[in-house]
Amino acid sequence: MSEGNASPPVLELRNVSKTYQIKQGMFGERKPLKAVNDVSLSLQRGDVLGLVGESGCGKSTLAKILLGLEAPTSGEVLVDGEPIGAQNRRLLARRIQPIFQDPYSSLNPRKSIRDIISLPLRVHGIGDSASQDKAVREILDVVGLPSRVMNSYPSQMSGGQRQRVAIARALIMKPEVVVCDEPTSALDVSVQSQILNLLGELRREFGLTYLFISHNLAVVEHLATRVAVMYLGRIVEEAPVGALFDEPRHPYTEALLASVLTPEPDLGVPDTHLGATYPNPIEPPTGCHFHPRCARVMERCKGVAPQLTSDGEHSVECHLYGQESGQAVA
Amino acid sequence: MSEPVLSVRNLRLDIPIGAGTLHAVRGIDFDLDRGETLCIVGESGSGKSLTSLAIMDLLGKRIERKADKLVFDGTDLTKAGARKMRALRGDRMAMIFQEPMTSLNPAYTIGDQLMEALLLHRKVGKAEARRRAVELLEKVGITGAERRLSQYPHQLSGGLRQRVMIAMALMCEPELIIADEPTTALDVTIQAQILRLLVDLTREMNVAMILITHDLGVVARVADKVAVMYAGELVEAGTAKKVFDAPMHPYTRGLLRCIPVPGKTERGSELGSIPGIVPSLVGEVSGCVFRTRCEEATEACRGEIPFRESADGRHNFRCVHEAGRRAGVEEPA
Amino acid sequence: MTRTADTLLEEIQGPTPGQMLRKRVFGHQGLLFGVAVLGLLLLVAIFAPLLAPHDPYAQDLLARMQPPVFLGGSWEHPLGTDHLGRDYLSRLIYGARISLLIGGFAALISGLIGTAMGVAAGYFGGRVDMAVTFLINVRLAMPVVLVALAIVAVFGGSLQVVILVLGFLLWDRFAVVMRSSTLQVRSREYVTAAQAIGCSTSRVILSEIMPNIVNNLIVVVTLEMAHAILLEAALSFLGLGVQPPTPSWGLMVSEGKQMMLFEPWLVAIPGITLFVLVLAINLLGDGLRDVTAPENRS
Repeated sequence: MSEGNASPPVLELRNVSKTYQIKQGMFGERKPLKAVNDVSLSLQRGDVLGLVGESGCGKSTLAKILLGLEAPTSGEVLVDGEPIGAQNRRLLARRIQPIFQDPYSSLNPRKSIRDIISLPLRVHGIGDSASQDKAVREILDVVGLPSRVMNSYPSQMSGGQRQRVAIARALIMKPEVVVCDEPTSALDVSVQSQILNLLGELRREFGLTYLFISHNLAVVEHLATRVAVMYLGRIVEEAPVGALFDEPRHPYTEALLASVLTPEPDLGVPDTHLGATYPNPIEPPTGCHFHPRCARVMERCKGVAPQLTSDGEHSVECHLYGQESGQAVA
Repeated sequence: MSEPVLSVRNLRLDIPIGAGTLHAVRGIDFDLDRGETLCIVGESGSGKSLTSLAIMDLLGKRIERKADKLVFDGTDLTKAGARKMRALRGDRMAMIFQEPMTSLNPAYTIGDQLMEALLLHRKVGKAEARRRAVELLEKVGITGAERRLSQYPHQLSGGLRQRVMIAMALMCEPELIIADEPTTALDVTIQAQILRLLVDLTREMNVAMILITHDLGVVARVADKVAVMYAGELVEAGTAKKVFDAPMHPYTRGLLRCIPVPGKTERGSELGSIPGIVPSLVGEVSGCVFRTRCEEATEACRGEIPFRESADGRHNFRCVHEAGRRAGVEEPA
Repeated sequence: MTRTADTLLEEIQGPTPGQMLRKRVFGHQGLLFGVAVLGLLLLVAIFAPLLAPHDPYAQDLLARMQPPVFLGGSWEHPLGTDHLGRDYLSRLIYGARISLLIGGFAALISGLIGTAMGVAAGYFGGRVDMAVTFLINVRLAMPVVLVALAIVAVFGGSLQVVILVLGFLLWDRFAVVMRSSTLQVRSREYVTAAQAIGCSTSRVILSEIMPNIVNNLIVVVTLEMAHAILLEAALSFLGLGVQPPTPSWGLMVSEGKQMMLFEPWLVAIPGITLFVLVLAINLLGDGLRDVTAPENRS
């Protein structure tokens, strides 16, 4: 986004959409579900882009597209300025790797830690078994595990240790981008902080770029450099972390931030001013998709979809900030 | 002061396993007044869920429950038989679980499930039960309550299902609600709504609530009283304000350092952590259970650990060190 | 380095999955009994020529229907002789070959067909799944015994025909179980992780999915083996299975049935052996299910 930057963004999404055809009932007609709707993002090397939104907003689909596990219906994904197609998943695998939420389900229980971590090397035919062992030992040290765990199995490890193994597997190919899908939400508080510290250290040490998907906004605020807020398949606000948390613009972002429960006993439970129901993504509301739940809804929001407005670093998709912004309905 | 609605003294839970006995919960004490909310907070393996199941007598045969005192609303639960407990559960005490999808029966309508407890425990007709169900659905903020009665659980979103669970728990106007991680499976925005609803309703109906959670943010915002559990023991208890503003036990302090707080923790800075793992609770457990992970640990932590009570009895913790810190270590300003 | 210091304290706990499996195997009596009996019968079948006291085909019409020792017979024929004077023990020993051969090969063929179909359906879903589910339903609508009878009646009964018929008829349970097991495992994140690493589809199936569903497969193998052995006995009993003079247990029961009222042991001996074999296989299957099921999480 920032001008004057000579190197292309390490990861760029241009107008990416993913539409599923959902069949309702046994003989029902198929209806399109826009899981990801015209999303454009770009990450510079070393960025941590926090992606937040409610379940069903499309953030997991976006992650799958980046990992090459789903092909976008339209639009382009570029790594280092080169477009990637669905056909070269193996090449993509060297550059983008995932870390998943549940360390109990992300490691194959039948495989030893050595086999799990060295799998990427074996799949891509890198080195012989001796050099693969050496690489596994090195990466175990990097993620803070002793090399004697190589012969252990996932069932012998704690949640935190498993997540370290998952991180080791993601990093052994020296990828540029790591997609972290809720990497700490299944972990205990005391372990979560260790994993967050580790992710932060690894980023500084190896110049990694993260796409960090989380529903925990406190964690996103802590780790991210940029934050994108997603609602019903669209990025409704995107900004550097400081700008987004200090001066949120979109009413949905405001509601999200208001619902963060910090350990401050004097504050009580906040009122988010959001309606209870997340809309059906197959039949999204007209106009601005957020208008039925919006506390600052205007007449125009019901009919006209807002356009993206951006002042350099901070972009938002809301009628409150358009050129011809109208009067808010009280 | 009136009699507490729930009074627990020296609650112990033992699980016999092949090699010996797992002392899962050891010596829990607390009192809960009408309309009061107690949050039990702890990490996995702390025994917080077992404690709540022990009160409901839903532990299963394998776990042995012992207590010096376990009195609920004038009934001695240690002597209550299965029939008596069945009469209490769903009527005087109700439970809300984490996953509303699995705790609602998919084969029955919302209305049937709401009315069931009332028809079971009270001498009311169907029409009366139905009227009450509609009233409660409206109370938990569900629109079109009449229409919802004939819907099935899968037709509702997660947040709505949890609202139905709350309505169900309130049907018989219980004295006590036990909510085990009621918002963990929900989105943050929905979590705030559900917690707000729980807090408002328990205040309005003067219901006592035990809320089990691992989320310190939830505890701080919801609790009147807090009980911090670690490895089956109550390590710190007190009013929410005192526990969060001046945590005494090293474990509580450690937990609070682990979580980033927007606006307070410096972005990208190193978070605090608690090294090590929970010790095995099989066999004899002696001394402080937290000493293997505690930065304040000394030789004395292997011995008897006193439960220190503050002058007004409203902030207590279990530690050999008088202020929860090793002697000679200055408290940081 | 601070980050190693944190976790070095966390000891690696507990036994490996292999150790846990071993412990459970040796604590399971049914499984051990099943293994012992099946192992014994397997040895008997392999070493039949060494163990059998007589040629199972050699007739001695002068020594017909001699009773077994425990009914007053001689040690020359420990289990007596049949209506053609053939040594009953030798026929029983060679019969073990037939039963195990049929059970083993029928389970192998149907296992290959059913597993391939089930795994494909579970992994690819969509149209593949629809096609496989349709085939399973078609297969389930066919009465096994009647179809087997019809085919054998057309092509004539022989060991090979029986094996092929049973192999191509008994794959339904494999397909059903493997399909649902695959569906369960394929949504695990380690499968997605393998795909994101760049593993080929065959590698994902063979190296990530198969090891986690093989325990279910083994259980079905034992069940279908027992099923095939019983069906062979039934077909042979009806005269449409293995043809005389081949020593099959089902055929032995069939040949003994005319004299059943006078010489009940002629039916009882092969009947009991058949019962013990099928019981042992079922115990083995149950045992394997018990010891392998609770493995994934502690």
